[in-house]
Amino acid sequence: MSKVEFNKESGPREVFCGLTSIVWLHRRMPDAFFLVVGSRTCAHLIQSAAGVMIFAEPRFGTAILEEKDLAGLADAHEELDRVVNDLIARRPEIKTLFLVGSCPSEVIKLDLATVAEKLNNRFLGQVRFVNYSGSGIETTFTQGEDGALKALIPLMESSNEEKLLLVGTLANNVEDRFKKIFGNLGISNIESFPPRQSTELPKIGKNTKVLLTQPYLSETVRDLKHRGCEIISAPFPLGIEGSTEWFLAAAKAFKISELKVHEIISPLINRAKLALESHKEILKGKRLFLLPESQLEISLARFLHNECEMDLIEVGTPYLNKELMKEEINLLPDNTKIVEGQHVEKQLDRVRESNPDLVVCGMGLANPLEAEGISTKWSIEMVFSPIHGIDQAADLAGLFSKPLKRNQILTSKTLVTH
Amino acid sequence: MELTLWTYEGPPHVGAMRIASSMKDIHYVLHAPQGDTYADLLFTMIERRGQRPPVTYTTFQARDLGGDTAELVKKNIKEAVERFKPKTLLVGESCTAELIQDQPGALAKGMGFDMPIVNLELPAYSKKENWGASETFYQLTRTLLKEKVSSSEKISPLRWKELGRRPKVNILGPSLLGFRCRDDVIEIQRILSEQGIDTNVVAPLGASPDDIERLIDAEINICLYQEIAEASCEWLKRNFGMEYTNTIPIGIKNTIEFINEVHNKLDLPLTNKEELEHKSKLPWYSKSVDSNYLTGKRVFIFGDGTHAIAAAKIAKDELGFEVVGLGTYSREMARQVRATAKELNVEALITNNYLEVEDAMKKAAPELVLGTQMERHSAKRLGIPCSVISTPMHVQDVPARYSPQMGWEGANVIFDDWVHPLMMGLEEHLIDMFKHDFEFVDGHQSHLGHTATETKDLINSDDTKDNNPKVGIIWTESGRAELTKIPFFVRGKVKTNTEKYAILRGIPEISDETLYDAKAYFS
Repeated sequence: MSKVEFNKESGPREVFCGLTSIVWLHRRMPDAFFLVVGSRTCAHLIQSAAGVMIFAEPRFGTAILEEKDLAGLADAHEELDRVVNDLIARRPEIKTLFLVGSCPSEVIKLDLATVAEKLNNRFLGQVRFVNYSGSGIETTFTQGEDGALKALIPLMESSNEEKLLLVGTLANNVEDRFKKIFGNLGISNIESFPPRQSTELPKIGKNTKVLLTQPYLSETVRDLKHRGCEIISAPFPLGIEGSTEWFLAAAKAFKISELKVHEIISPLINRAKLALESHKEILKGKRLFLLPESQLEISLARFLHNECEMDLIEVGTPYLNKELMKEEINLLPDNTKIVEGQHVEKQLDRVRESNPDLVVCGMGLANPLEAEGISTKWSIEMVFSPIHGIDQAADLAGLFSKPLKRNQILTSKTLVTH
Repeated sequence: MELTLWTYEGPPHVGAMRIASSMKDIHYVLHAPQGDTYADLLFTMIERRGQRPPVTYTTFQARDLGGDTAELVKKNIKEAVERFKPKTLLVGESCTAELIQDQPGALAKGMGFDMPIVNLELPAYSKKENWGASETFYQLTRTLLKEKVSSSEKISPLRWKELGRRPKVNILGPSLLGFRCRDDVIEIQRILSEQGIDTNVVAPLGASPDDIERLIDAEINICLYQEIAEASCEWLKRNFGMEYTNTIPIGIKNTIEFINEVHNKLDLPLTNKEELEHKSKLPWYSKSVDSNYLTGKRVFIFGDGTHAIAAAKIAKDELGFEVVGLGTYSREMARQVRATAKELNVEALITNNYLEVEDAMKKAAPELVLGTQMERHSAKRLGIPCSVISTPMHVQDVPARYSPQMGWEGANVIFDDWVHPLMMGLEEHLIDMFKHDFEFVDGHQSHLGHTATETKDLINSDDTKDNNPKVGIIWTESGRAELTKIPFFVRGKVKTNTEKYAILRGIPEISDETLYDAKAYFS
């Protein structure tokens, strides 16, 4: 393991809670509905994070707790029953309904597991109910996906068939590319979790080899292990290096020679390197500060340093699972400063002191930092854009070079003198 | 429990944030878990603010709940005060913290600070954003001015005469994330100053706690947005005798009425009454013959109370529309909206559920929708032109240019903003009316996207050159030439009709004359 500097920090945070992951999960599984049991704050949060990009009758909603629901839990359960009945009557196409716990539902100890069980019996054969918590007192942003996937594992049937299971939400086009490349490598039995339809859950067992596509799935990994799955240890498929190592690790698990892998992906790598060049020109030598939000920070730091030659000032992450991240951490340059957790004020002090060229941060901080003359890239875009794989390496770099390029255009002297 | 897909208002603590973020030298310590910081992006993204909202979130976690969350609150308060040195501190809690009952306001008051501390109790499970904003502004005003209540005599609206200076007023209610507040304030100040009236304080937008303490230097208050300022205006009236205005100066009639009301209260003679009619272009634009087509346009209105009521009056009296639907999500203003609806012979829709609004919209079959960003999307789905007149809004509703809703310029803005989407709608009708005329050329497209996809196919498929083997008829050179002159969006239809005509009459070859014959036949 490279000599990385680990720090922990606590204090006021500027991050999303796990409910936010509903914004991409509901798009991945169009036959599922996410019902948050929470407050008006929860409803307002998801709608603000989602913007109006997906404004329609959405496949997520909030059962907003009112004063009378707080008075008696029995009534709250009945009320939730009523809301679910109304919802299913209105949306008969729903196949899986996620009951999503929130901060207030956790604090009043609303037992969503029992509610889900009862509803499962009532709607047997029509709708399946699962529950998990996306509350901010327990989860950050992408951890919501971890909870949702973990909740689905008990519904997955067992099978000893040998297969590669890609775990973590991917953009559909990226998923297709991966499947094609694995097919060329000779791995044809590939499934994804979460699947594109909530009812088409992959079967799992001792011959299932799990390859993670996202770094924030600690709990899901633990439960998949319990079901006998083999977890392939690899960095994450961000950038050329990460993706190459990722393909190699999978090939090794399926006893496919390294040579074969290189033969298949070399043309892709060459093409990607070429495409990366113009971005590298902009990013090279620029100093980067990553604030914690998506848990993708460590992989992004590795890519931006190793492939785009950026200098790392600080790599924040809301939560660090050293075991899951060990392959990534090994690839980081020596003396990389990783900070787990956040004290947003102290961290912003360090941002200002270190005078970075680019800060990766949440939407609440981006414009204020820009107003101070610091270029930013908002991190929520990483979870909405297809950034995985060799073919997307240049697009991923582009997310970071664009703000710098723009800054250069806007501050150029020619504009001022004209 | 209420099932909500999209909500018009946020929770009440977001209302408190709107007040805190609008002001200077204030800090708000909010007892809240992580995730509640999402509210910052409303200000930094929708309003494009270059400053973070002055809010510290205590960020308690599940593991803190067994221990001492009160200590966590105190630690955050201490740090926030040291770092931001606010002149007044707001302390409150979001929905989850309300359940664990740490009473952060009481904790803060016990910490020995010199500055005024406002303890905000905003019930998250029964109230909403606008109420929270109103309550926060009221509590702040009350906290900063309560000591002056007993020593102060009742403020007469005529005091300016005794003091031998121009009359002074406060403009109360404008806040961040309000609809066009920034520009409304400029417009109203301009109007008042033309009338010889000075602005004492604008609050909360841009005000500091010191300015709040100066509120009583004015003679009367202008209550610009009832949703935010009425409670404070009422308290100032009760305790200091300060009168406040009720008319919201949106539209020509209400702007004139507003000026009259201010003059009456101040007992200031109105010398330029005749001029007022000509301050805005709206009356003439509305009167000019070009606007004849606006008569009786069916309009559906939904928004916050203030803007919905104002829009209904302008629509009916100043633009000559027919109001076919009126509603609000502001339950606090339901009574007034119902009264306005009654005058217009429609039933008021009071709801938080955007799907109900969409249903009502569909049933009313309007030609124009005036609403929030929710209604913009509903209207888009239904193919109806729409203009946004109220929050909740999107980043595009915070324009770079000066575009108030109030006063003379506000009326100009409203005329343009409401009529332009209709003109695009009108263009559809024109296309319909002139579709048999050959003056139209390729590329003359409507602004209302929905026909664009069909027409594109017609431009691209160069079907004029091919004879139609299926029907066994031939297009001659002249026939084909004439067909290309027909506007692309009706070319397909004309082609089919002409062929139909040719078959009907047993004409084997279509010339330019056949085309005209067919046109006459089908018209």
